[in-house]
Amino acid sequence: MTQTSDLAFDRIAGVRKTPLEEFYASGHRTCQGCESALVMRQFAKASGPRTVVTGSTGCMYVANTSYMTTPWVVPWMHTQLGAAGPSAIGMAAGLRALMRKGRIAQERINVISFCGDLGGGDMGLSGISGALQSPYDLLIILYDNESAANTDIQATGLTTYGAQTTFTPPGKVHRVMQRRWKKNVAGMLAVGHPTCRYVATACSAYPPLDFLNKVRKALAVGGPTFIHTFDPCPKGWDYHPSYSHELGELGIKCGIFPLYEIVDGRVSYTYDPKKKGRIPVREYLEKQGRFAHLIDEDVAYIQRRVDAMWEEWEIPGVAPLKGGLRPA
Amino acid sequence: MTLAEKTIAYEREELLTGCQAVAQAVRLADVDVIAAYPIRPYTEVMDNLSRIIADGQLDAEYIVADSEHSQFEIVKHASSVGARAFAGSSGTGWMYGFEALVVTATDRLPVLFLVGNRALDDPGAFGVEHNDALAIRDMGWLLCWATTAQEALEHVLIGYRVAEDPRVRMPMALALDGAFLTHSQHMVRVPAAETVRRFLPPFDLGDRRLHPDNPISIAPQVNEDWVMELRRQNWEAARRARRVIEQAYREFNELFGERYGTPFFDEYMTDDAEVVLVGLGTVAMPARTAVRRLREHGHRVGYVNLRWFRPFPGPELRASLARFRAVGVIDRDFAHGSPDDGGVLLHEVRSCLYPLPERPQVLNFLTGLGGRDISIDDVTSMYEQTLAAGRGRALEPAVRWIGVREEAARGVPEERRP
Repeated sequence: MTQTSDLAFDRIAGVRKTPLEEFYASGHRTCQGCESALVMRQFAKASGPRTVVTGSTGCMYVANTSYMTTPWVVPWMHTQLGAAGPSAIGMAAGLRALMRKGRIAQERINVISFCGDLGGGDMGLSGISGALQSPYDLLIILYDNESAANTDIQATGLTTYGAQTTFTPPGKVHRVMQRRWKKNVAGMLAVGHPTCRYVATACSAYPPLDFLNKVRKALAVGGPTFIHTFDPCPKGWDYHPSYSHELGELGIKCGIFPLYEIVDGRVSYTYDPKKKGRIPVREYLEKQGRFAHLIDEDVAYIQRRVDAMWEEWEIPGVAPLKGGLRPA
Repeated sequence: MTLAEKTIAYEREELLTGCQAVAQAVRLADVDVIAAYPIRPYTEVMDNLSRIIADGQLDAEYIVADSEHSQFEIVKHASSVGARAFAGSSGTGWMYGFEALVVTATDRLPVLFLVGNRALDDPGAFGVEHNDALAIRDMGWLLCWATTAQEALEHVLIGYRVAEDPRVRMPMALALDGAFLTHSQHMVRVPAAETVRRFLPPFDLGDRRLHPDNPISIAPQVNEDWVMELRRQNWEAARRARRVIEQAYREFNELFGERYGTPFFDEYMTDDAEVVLVGLGTVAMPARTAVRRLREHGHRVGYVNLRWFRPFPGPELRASLARFRAVGVIDRDFAHGSPDDGGVLLHEVRSCLYPLPERPQVLNFLTGLGGRDISIDDVTSMYEQTLAAGRGRALEPAVRWIGVREEAARGVPEERRP
C-alpha cells in the first residue's frame, strides 16, 4: 500500500485492535451478505459515540431503520433522497452556531451523512457539491451497490455497463439495456472541489480495515470530506450471500472499481494494479447473475474500457484525461 | 404596564421595506442558521441579512445553498440539532424545494420561512400570486399573511414563538405579497432587543434535539403500523396551535402595546356592515380605501383581512361572517377545475360557513394575478356586486374575474392566426 500522506490520525493498526463497541447494532433488516450494512457498521465503529448521522432515503433507510427497532446507537435522522449534502451542512452549521453562542458544550462532534448511488450519485450530486464547498467538518459516505436496491433493483447512473436490472432487462432484441458507463463520482468530486482535502474510494470487504481507517483519516483531516464505497449486493447482483466479500475483493483486483485516496490533492492507490497486476474482469463478472446474459463481445468491451482507465488515463481511476497537455 | 416599560418596547422608527423589516426581526430573534438562495422577490431579505451578519449585528451561520431543495434541507437539519433557523423563497423556487417543505412539517421542526409571494412559471412573472404559499396548506405548516412591514416584522417574532412552542412544533411560513409588500417602504417601529427576549425565549427542542447526549433516531420507516397515529399527532398540533396563537398575541400586546385585536383576522368598519369582502395580504389597502369612500356615499360595507390561513380560524370567522348578508371572497390565486371553478380562499370560506343555519350569499372574485394591480375601482366594483347579491340580485355567476381583459383572454382570433 502506497503512503503519500504522513498525516497523524488514530489509525486502527490491526484487526485485533479494532474497537469492540458497536454504534450500528442489531435491529436492522438488511439482507444476508449486505455489504452496505457493513459500511454502516464500520463507519459508526470508526467514528465512535460523539457522532451525529443522517441517512438519505434508500435501502439503508428502509431496510435499516424500522420504528422502535432502530440499529443506531448514535443519534440518527432520515433525510431526503437528494439531501445528503445539505443535511450534513445543516447539522454542522447548527452545532457550530450553538457551540459558538455557548448554548451547547464546545467539543468535536463528527457529522456524517450517507447516501446510496441513486441518492448521492444522481439526484444529490448538486447538494454534495455544495457541501464539499462548505466550511464545515463533515463526511459524506456514498454507499454504492449499483442500483436502487430497495425499490426492486433499478439501474442508476452508477450501475455497471451491461448489468441486468428491472429497468434494464435483457430482451429478445436488445441484449444490453444498461448502456451507460458508470459515473466516476469520487473522481468528479475530487477534481471539482479544490478546497476539499479528502476524497477516497473504499470497499468494506477489502483490504481489511481499510475503510475504517479511511473514515478515521477523513474525520482527522477535517473540513468537508467524501468517501465512495463499493458494496456487493446479493439481491441486486444475483449471487449467493456467502460470496459478498469475495466479490468485493474481485472487483478491486480486476480494477473495475479503483481504490484510492486523495489527500490535499495527492493521489495514492490503496490497491495499485500497476504493481500488483489485474485479474481479468471476466472473473468478477461471471460470478454474478446480473451479467449472465453478456456475450464475449460485451465482456471484451468492458475489459477494454477498464484497461484504458488504468493504462491511458492521466490519473488512473480519477480523471479520464489522456496524453498530458498539448501545446495550444 | 408603566409608561416607562412601554417606551422601551420599540427602540427606533425607520423606513423599511417588508423584506428589510423581516431581516430586522430575524436579527432580533437571534437566529442561529440562515440558508439563502436567490429568487425574486423574497431574496432582498437575504441581501439584508448577509449585510447584517457581515457588520456583526447578528451571530449566525449564513449558508448560500446550491438550490432551494438544499436550502430548505439545510435549515431543517439545523433545526433538528436545536438551532433557530430561517430561510425563504418565492414562486417556483418554493415549489422546487417542496419535498423538503413537506418533511420539515412531518418532522415537526419549527423553522420560519419568508414566502415572497410570486406567480408560478410558466410564463415567467415576478408579481404576486398566492398559489406558491397556498401549496403547503394541507402539509402541517403554520401559514400567515402580513399586510404591512410592521406586521411582517412582528409576525417573525410571533411566528417563532408559536412554531417553537412544545405544544405546536410546526414550521411557520410568513407570506408577504411580492413587490406590494416585499419591496414597498413603510415607517416601521423596530422593537427593542431586550423586550423581544422577554417575548421570545431561546429555542429549546428538548428531548427531540439530535445530539450525542440525546441519541435518538428521527423519522425511521413506519409504514402502516404507525403513520396514521403520527398524522393524528400533526393534526392535534395544528388544532392546539390556535390557542397558542391567541396566547402569543395576548403577551405580545402586553409587551408592545395593544397592537392587535383579534389574532386570526382583523375587521375594518364591519360593525354595522351589510356586506364585507374577505381577502389575504395587501389587497387590504385598496379594499379599506374603497370601504371609506363607499361609506361616504352611505353604503354599509366593511373589510375582513384574513391573517392566519393555517390554522384556519373556522369558528371565529364563521361567527364573524354570519353577521353579513353577503360575503365577497377575493382570491389572488386560482384552483383550476375546483367546485364552481373558484379560488382557494373561496372554498375555505364557503366550507367554513356551511354549518350556519342561515348563510350569507358568497361571491368569489379572481383578481390581481401575476402582480396585476387591484385598483380602488376594482374593489369598489366588487363591493357593488356583493351588495347586489346581498339584496338577492345578480347572484350568478358565483365566480367572477376582475381586471382581466376578456377579449385577450380568448386568445388570438382564428382569422389572425398564421
